[in-house]
Amino acid sequence: MDLATFWFVLVAILWIGYLVLEGFDFGVGMLTRRFARDDTERRVLINTIGPVWDGNEVWMVTAVGATFAAFPEWYATAWSSYYLPLVLVLVLLILRGLAFEYRAKHDSHRWRQWWDGAIFWGSAGPAFFWGVLLAGFAQGLPLDSNHDFVGDMTDIITPYTVLGGVVTLLLSVLHGAHYVALKTVGDIRDRARIVAARVAVLAVAVTGGFATWTVSLRGDGSFTWLAMLTGGVTLGLLAAGLVITRRREGWAFAASFAAIAGVGIVLFASLYPQVVPSTVDASGSLTVAGASSTEYTLTVMTWVAVPLVPLVLLYQGWVYWTFRRRIGIQHIAPAGASQH
Amino acid sequence: MDVVDLARWQFGLTTVVHYFFVPFTISMAFLVAIMQTIWMRTNDERWLRLTKFFGKLLLINLAVGVVTGLVQEFQFGLNWSDFSRFVGDIFGAPLAMEALLAFYLESVFVGVWIFGWGRIPPKIHLATIWITAIATLLSAYFILAANSFMQNPVGYEINEEAGRAELTDIWAVLTNKVTLVTFPHTIFAAFMVGGAVVAAVAMWHLVKGRHEPAAATPGGPSDPGPFRKALRIGAVTVLIGGVGTAVSGDIQGKIMTEVQPMKMAAAEALYETQEPAPLSLFTVGTLDGSRALYSIEIPQLLSFLSTGSFEGEVRGINDIQEEYEELYGPGEYAPNIPATYWTFRLMIGFGVGAAMIAAWQLWATRRGQVPTSRWALRATVALPFLPLLANTLGWIFTEMGRQPWLVFGLMPTASGVTPGSTTGEVLATLITFTVLYAGLTWLWIWLLVKHARPGLPDVSAEAEWGRGSVRSDGDAEPADDTDRPLTFAY
Repeated sequence: MDLATFWFVLVAILWIGYLVLEGFDFGVGMLTRRFARDDTERRVLINTIGPVWDGNEVWMVTAVGATFAAFPEWYATAWSSYYLPLVLVLVLLILRGLAFEYRAKHDSHRWRQWWDGAIFWGSAGPAFFWGVLLAGFAQGLPLDSNHDFVGDMTDIITPYTVLGGVVTLLLSVLHGAHYVALKTVGDIRDRARIVAARVAVLAVAVTGGFATWTVSLRGDGSFTWLAMLTGGVTLGLLAAGLVITRRREGWAFAASFAAIAGVGIVLFASLYPQVVPSTVDASGSLTVAGASSTEYTLTVMTWVAVPLVPLVLLYQGWVYWTFRRRIGIQHIAPAGASQH
Repeated sequence: MDVVDLARWQFGLTTVVHYFFVPFTISMAFLVAIMQTIWMRTNDERWLRLTKFFGKLLLINLAVGVVTGLVQEFQFGLNWSDFSRFVGDIFGAPLAMEALLAFYLESVFVGVWIFGWGRIPPKIHLATIWITAIATLLSAYFILAANSFMQNPVGYEINEEAGRAELTDIWAVLTNKVTLVTFPHTIFAAFMVGGAVVAAVAMWHLVKGRHEPAAATPGGPSDPGPFRKALRIGAVTVLIGGVGTAVSGDIQGKIMTEVQPMKMAAAEALYETQEPAPLSLFTVGTLDGSRALYSIEIPQLLSFLSTGSFEGEVRGINDIQEEYEELYGPGEYAPNIPATYWTFRLMIGFGVGAAMIAAWQLWATRRGQVPTSRWALRATVALPFLPLLANTLGWIFTEMGRQPWLVFGLMPTASGVTPGSTTGEVLATLITFTVLYAGLTWLWIWLLVKHARPGLPDVSAEAEWGRGSVRSDGDAEPADDTDRPLTFAY
């Protein structure tokens, strides 16, 4: 494997890491609306992800930084093409990030309501749009021979990419419900299991459809293993739906984790050896080889990433271990009492 | 305004506002870590109260710093895609290193610090705030290395065929002499911000305690015991930061004169080469800054700042313009002179002002005294804003002073903008960011003031945990307290 391919794999891993980690905290964020019955339940949900969501989000920042370092052309083309939807995602992520820290910093109903809105929309919006934007790579964008975007919004928001967004949205809800079932005690835990089992059914259909569509985009039929992976993801989701109803929350969480990773692998594998195909001008397509940095830069970055990525996994894993205890409404002191 | 101007405004706005929060985070993380360390060492509860109190201000600030930082990661792609293509091979590396090495550490461990009270062993908890603080420094270093490449490109060669600059020596990029001097300058200046916040809030509570004796009892919210200690730490931090900023700034001036002489000439609006050159404190000039009508000058000072000798020659704008025309072809190579002239002066002025107020605070609170005059309070309230503005103006100076270059000598600003981006798009997002960031800034100040006012919190739960007399929440679950509420919850 040459270095550019290695970095393509690494960028894919970082994005997939983002989708599986922030996926469940997006899901928890969305569950704060209908699912949580009162403010205390909402706080239980928020506190299950409180110590970890920020570390999860860094996977995206790192994916973007790694893309910049290893594939400057990909970075330049992607974010200038996705201009308006990307800014929308950023605005939502800004409000969401503030919401966790700020919602308890002032004691007023309207204040909390505003930040609860930010948590919900700041979770649902990006969970959907990251799916749209990543699916956009697999679908291809209208790029001229300079790799500059020459289309408009209808080239970004298409039936295929919208379906991709629905997939990441649904899988996030599912993954989040599994996480809640895994991290809480009492009534919330039971209800989360029911929600998860219901969402799983829907997720199977939509994800299966999307993955099949992605495989068919390739057109050359050389990727039968992609098709097999697609089947695996779908079956895994079904299994998740089954085990969750039998109180095997850890296994269910692992299943939705694997399902999201599987969808990510299908997406990125279907791209290779391109990173963004051009839909209008073959010479505008960005490839792994064409978009990459020099051998020297890739070598330097490999020296940095190879020891650091496992180290990150290690200490982030330690944090999950540290905060492994389940929480319930009895652990949440009345508002104000725990807010030193 | 055309697309280039709008894109510049957008980058300027999002970066300047982001940088309100950055120096605050860097310095306050260290100050809080120091306070918590003293508490752990001495077991003196007053330090724990200070840790929790200033820790809360740190988190209010950190949150908005982190989320505005997200935008920065994408700005180079959004509006400056040709810049990203041209320098990505070099510029992307420090950004990715920052994410991998610093940003993960900061974001992961600050979460542990926030939620770790009462849940993890105190010593590990203390380690998490130190890791967070050190990560902010690493972060600053990599970002400054990237920025310094734009001021003084090193360690690269131009690949004509690929039309981009390519990295040849990462070590040269990471030890760029501009980075080496900008890093201490930036960090010392950042410490002035955190120090000023601590000193100002402490002074405010000392004065408040004079008016409300009930709050100023030992253990009360405005207890002068801990706040006197905080005032000292804060004011001394401002002073050390001030001296460090001045010394590093002096060295920086000389390096700038060497690598970007136009910026130094613009800082003084020095049109004609002079030997020796004076530094003006204040000038009333024509609007375009090309001619002075009235000016107060200190003879020979600019010579000293830029060359280290009071007799040194400082090259003027016209002279350098001529040289650059020969080197780079016809064009206008001077930045916006009034902007560079005034940001440079006000940066220094505000920094000196902050140091003077901090020195006065130390003097005014000697031997248990508390100044209660209206002017004392005004100076105290102004204190945090002075170093904050100095930081901001310093960046505006250094970035506007680089113009018309995006990467000095290699890429003019206008060539870096995303081809095909439309005025409408950039304007729409500029307005969005302006409204959002204005709201954030207002919210930030409002929340900081709101949470600084009530004074020191009750810390009995944390103190008990710190003495080791309760099990940490995460320990093997003893049957009787598994339902005990968390020491900290959102």
